[in-house]
Amino acid sequence: MKDEHNISLEYYKKMVLIRQAEQYIISCYDDDEMKTPMHMSMGSEALVVGVCQGIGSASQVFGTYRSHANYLAVSDDIDSFFAELFGKATSAQRGIAGSMHMAHPESGYMFSSAIVASTISLAVGAAYANKMCGRDQLVAVFFGDGAVDEGVFWESINLAALMTLPILFVCEDNQYAINSGKSVRRGYDELSTLIAQYNVMVAHESTTDVEKIGRITEEMSKAIREENRPGFLQLEYYRYLEHVGVKEDFHLGFRKESEYQQWLAVDPIAKQREVLLKQGFQASDIENIDREMIERVEQAADAARHAPNPAVNDLYRDTSG
Amino acid sequence: MRETTYSEAIREAIEQEMQRDSSVVCYGLGVPDGIYGTTLGLRERFGERCFDTPISEEGMTGFGVGAAMNGLRPIHIHIRADFLLLALNQVVNMMSCVRFLSAGQLKVPMVIRAVIGRGWGQGCQHSKSLHAMLARVPGLKVILPTTPYDAKGMLTAAIRDDNPVLMFEHRWLYWSEGEVPIAPYTVEIGLNQVLKPGDDITMVSVSWMNVEALKAREILERYGVSVELIDLRTVAPLDAGEIVKSVNKTGYCIVSDVDWVECGIASEVAAIVHEHCFDSLKKPVKRIGFAPTHCPTARCLEDEFYPNAIDLIRAVEVLLDLPEIDLSNEDFYSHGNKFTGPF
Repeated sequence: MKDEHNISLEYYKKMVLIRQAEQYIISCYDDDEMKTPMHMSMGSEALVVGVCQGIGSASQVFGTYRSHANYLAVSDDIDSFFAELFGKATSAQRGIAGSMHMAHPESGYMFSSAIVASTISLAVGAAYANKMCGRDQLVAVFFGDGAVDEGVFWESINLAALMTLPILFVCEDNQYAINSGKSVRRGYDELSTLIAQYNVMVAHESTTDVEKIGRITEEMSKAIREENRPGFLQLEYYRYLEHVGVKEDFHLGFRKESEYQQWLAVDPIAKQREVLLKQGFQASDIENIDREMIERVEQAADAARHAPNPAVNDLYRDTSG
Repeated sequence: MRETTYSEAIREAIEQEMQRDSSVVCYGLGVPDGIYGTTLGLRERFGERCFDTPISEEGMTGFGVGAAMNGLRPIHIHIRADFLLLALNQVVNMMSCVRFLSAGQLKVPMVIRAVIGRGWGQGCQHSKSLHAMLARVPGLKVILPTTPYDAKGMLTAAIRDDNPVLMFEHRWLYWSEGEVPIAPYTVEIGLNQVLKPGDDITMVSVSWMNVEALKAREILERYGVSVELIDLRTVAPLDAGEIVKSVNKTGYCIVSDVDWVECGIASEVAAIVHEHCFDSLKKPVKRIGFAPTHCPTARCLEDEFYPNAIDLIRAVEVLLDLPEIDLSNEDFYSHGNKFTGPF
């Protein structure tokens, strides 16, 4: 096996951890122990892991209610992750947040919100604070292509360009806002060409290659610092599961299963497995990694299941202070 | 002690806090131009820490929340409270609950100042106050200082507070004068005060209504009625201590607000008084506020829309079973005394 700091291996491990965490959620969501609306990340692993790696570990990341991948990509804190989903006191958020408001500020995953587009302007303000305080820290903000329909997105991109802030906008473009396709939502053809009218650097990619996304992000991050202006990445991916919940939604008829099959054929984790095999990893090495990640997930979930509930007084804690 | 205006007291609070703490920044549409004098000279003195913005209320509010989470102390200013409605998502869904959702890992030390317009044709979209609407949201502090002393002290406290604070400023107060220390000081948020002592009836008033209540008290005093005035300068958290103490003493309570009565702060105070002073009350609490309609532009209708000192006096007469006082020779505040427009 190659050395532990092999970046390809790191990418693979992170994506498997995220995928296995969500597989675990799927396996027991119906037990009704995790009473929180799950918006699953499945399908977006390369996008999220690639960007969070490429922008650098000292960065700050803002996300959305579809946050499982972001939380784990930035924090790697699988114990706190499951404790939060089970609503337990052992989570850093003490069960207050659930799946829709996950955050891990200590590691740089700053905040997420259940209101579409709401964290975009927060991220711009955070980037402003970094600039004003002279911190060489980048901010990345993730949002879906549906968030672009909100006015606050345009307010925020204008402001970031106007104030030349060190921020990377990351549009997770899965074509659908809940179940509504772009054709019913947009009076224009191409988002990235509109964004290019602002003083913002723009890149548009459709790939499940985590390393490629990592490189694009790294280049963009370098350019944000050198050119002193924001960056915008439009990255296409496919949401494997329904908008909210752990099941498929092809029976609803708004999208075709064949579309999913095309994306599944280039699944980011399978793709990265091929990369590792080409690098000389043995299939057994990779199986060991998979098993290691599954064990981490199962141990964390088991611990969370048996962890104490939040204290009743926590209802009022940190409302104000 | 030096006398100065409410407007200058606010300006001085911001200037002194920006001087003391480099994390304080101040922004909003038209802010470098002065906002009734309250931000004059800050751009010149502090450069990019005081700035004008695009007309993007929601974006600029979220911007402040993110900056506050990340180490700054932003002050966001709206020349009319009505414009803040465009940012309600950020105020109610984000700013109020960042601390709660992060289980105390993040805080939002941010101040929003908003001007309550009135008079000279402000009409229904330049005259609202939103303090009651926001006071009911956990995590937000809401203040409405009336005196220049409180304006400086409470704003200074708000800027230093680690929680989001909304300060609503009635436009007519900017020209009022009072004693204000030059050195920085704070007035604790959450404590209301007895503005003037009295024995016969309690008047609880918000913002400009304190000015009307002072006038009413002065006239009533000549007719042998002693009014205790309580300035409800903090509406969230609402400290009922002085109110309860006063009503338990007087047995009567009139509460007046620069807002609609229904589901408003006047109603909240009435509920508190009924809960805590039921045995002391000799008559039900009287609530006074905007007429239950929208604010009109025509002066004669506007005069009907807003409550004033006469309404307070008439309410006292009803509660205390007094004959109607002849007010025909009294001199009351009118728009024309100070303000001639246009904004």
